[in-house]
Amino acid sequence: MARTETASSGQTGPAATENSVAAGPRPGFRRRRGLRKKIELTILLTPALVLFAGFVLLPIVIAAYYSLFNYSGFGPLNDFWGLHNYKIAFNDPFFVQAIQHTLILTVLSLVIQLPLSLSLALLLNRKFRGRGFMRLVIFAPYVLPPAVTAVMWSLMLQPGGFVDQVMQAIGLGRLVQLWLANLHLVLYTNFVVLTWQYIGFGIVLLLAGLQGIPTELREAAAIDGATPWQVTKSVVLPLLAPTIRIWVFLTVIGSLQVFDIVWILTEGGPADASQTMVTYMFSDGFRSLEFGYGTAIAVIIFVFCFVFSLIYQRFALRRDTAGALTRAVG
Amino acid sequence: MPATYLVSIVLFGITIVPMLFVIVDGFRSTGDINSSPVGVPHPWDWSNYASVLGTAPFWQFLGNSALIAGVATIIALVLGSMAAFALSRYEFRGREGLFTLFVSGLLFPIAAAALPLYLLLQHLNLLDNQFGVAIPEAAFSLAITIFILRPFMRAIPGELEDASLVDGASRLRFFVQILIPLCKPALVTVALLTFVNSWNQYLLPLLVFTTESHFTLPLGVATYQSQYSSNTAAIFAFTAVSMIPCLGIFVWAERYLVAGAAGAVKG
Repeated sequence: MARTETASSGQTGPAATENSVAAGPRPGFRRRRGLRKKIELTILLTPALVLFAGFVLLPIVIAAYYSLFNYSGFGPLNDFWGLHNYKIAFNDPFFVQAIQHTLILTVLSLVIQLPLSLSLALLLNRKFRGRGFMRLVIFAPYVLPPAVTAVMWSLMLQPGGFVDQVMQAIGLGRLVQLWLANLHLVLYTNFVVLTWQYIGFGIVLLLAGLQGIPTELREAAAIDGATPWQVTKSVVLPLLAPTIRIWVFLTVIGSLQVFDIVWILTEGGPADASQTMVTYMFSDGFRSLEFGYGTAIAVIIFVFCFVFSLIYQRFALRRDTAGALTRAVG
Repeated sequence: MPATYLVSIVLFGITIVPMLFVIVDGFRSTGDINSSPVGVPHPWDWSNYASVLGTAPFWQFLGNSALIAGVATIIALVLGSMAAFALSRYEFRGREGLFTLFVSGLLFPIAAAALPLYLLLQHLNLLDNQFGVAIPEAAFSLAITIFILRPFMRAIPGELEDASLVDGASRLRFFVQILIPLCKPALVTVALLTFVNSWNQYLLPLLVFTTESHFTLPLGVATYQSQYSSNTAAIFAFTAVSMIPCLGIFVWAERYLVAGAAGAVKG
């Protein structure tokens, strides 16, 4: 039967929808319509599929392949190493440290940015004059290119610079540190700048979620004698849970690939004290012309993101998105 | 309520004052900045801004960023809306699987892909070429484009499509002449998200470009900072000026960007 299976969709699709084209009046007509649909689908889907396969999926395959070689980026690819690059990576204390730093940044983002953006979203959800303006203000840093943010903060964090002067002016002069040179502090300095850049996104996302909660629900709870805190805890937060779960997902995936701000502020230094997985990939893979090694690091970063997504989809997100992703990976 | 205003003022300070500081210091001379980093310019010195705006690099970087982000947005929008149309209004085997495949792009990090992309672009002879950045960025935007457009296209009543088919229009014509205009709000949101994402990219341009006249604005700012580290005032002015396009787009299109964030919530 010349029906509607297109070339492009044939190989995918564990969860194909049941095709329910009613039997047409005449076989010839039906065949012609089926053919037409096939052509239309091919025209519509092929360009996007080619682009997606070529530049999103293929790089991972390329990375997996090149990571098995000792390769400098030029010349023939003939020095097969097997899994040696991975062995080097996990035996390199600097890479292990970079993983730790990345995980610290990820956990800090969740533990500090979530309560912060949640309380600010609750605050900005109240009615007050200038609310619209404040929402604009709070989202503004998010649209700056992270590279520009980083240059801006590196100007402000110079010793004796803006940050130090402000701290002195408000009586915190004793706490002034070498923000970008102190080995024990530099990672947290980076975290503060990252928070400055990205907190607005969380707030806007949560505000959108809050607006989806009918005011009647809160009013009803208040009439029943619930305190504002009880209303927030027992009515608002549970209803906000899907939004929070999406924020957590996007934040973790984002944190695992932090690069721009850290690289421009500190280049992962001093002495690797703020190295993340991606800055390590850039400095020890790309800049030192160790492409085989660099692609191995890329694969490891990818696995981190993928494993997290898998686990998270299975245990948290599944309830919300009705498994758009779950089906693919679970 | 006083608490609300107090927090608002603190937030405003933390968010806006750093930007103002950079802009204001751009009006001072390097000598002044070095002797006291924070201060009101006296006299207000326009020469830093004049020299940034009067020389080629800034405009070149700006033009490159606009070109790359523009091309990436157009590609993602055209190919993404075609695919979203097929995935929302046709019945065929494997449709949901294909949708899942595209959406799974949301969890493919472009940072992890940057190095292999470099190798791929080397093969395609697209290194140090604007398209070498624009095309991958378009590809990585397909996921969010299809993710946002499909439910939107689905929600448009089937009667409209039936009516136009009865009138003798083909489905492709229905797509171009009726569906696309109806989807305008979603298309604007998606276009802005793609444009801003592409505009803000740093790692991929950093890998791909070697010729300075090809640099994008973020890459240019970062390079400028390390190259002219002695001319502090010029760095301030350059950084300040490069904030303007983003903030301008943002103020102009804030509601669409926020709608995009909200769209991510509703799925």
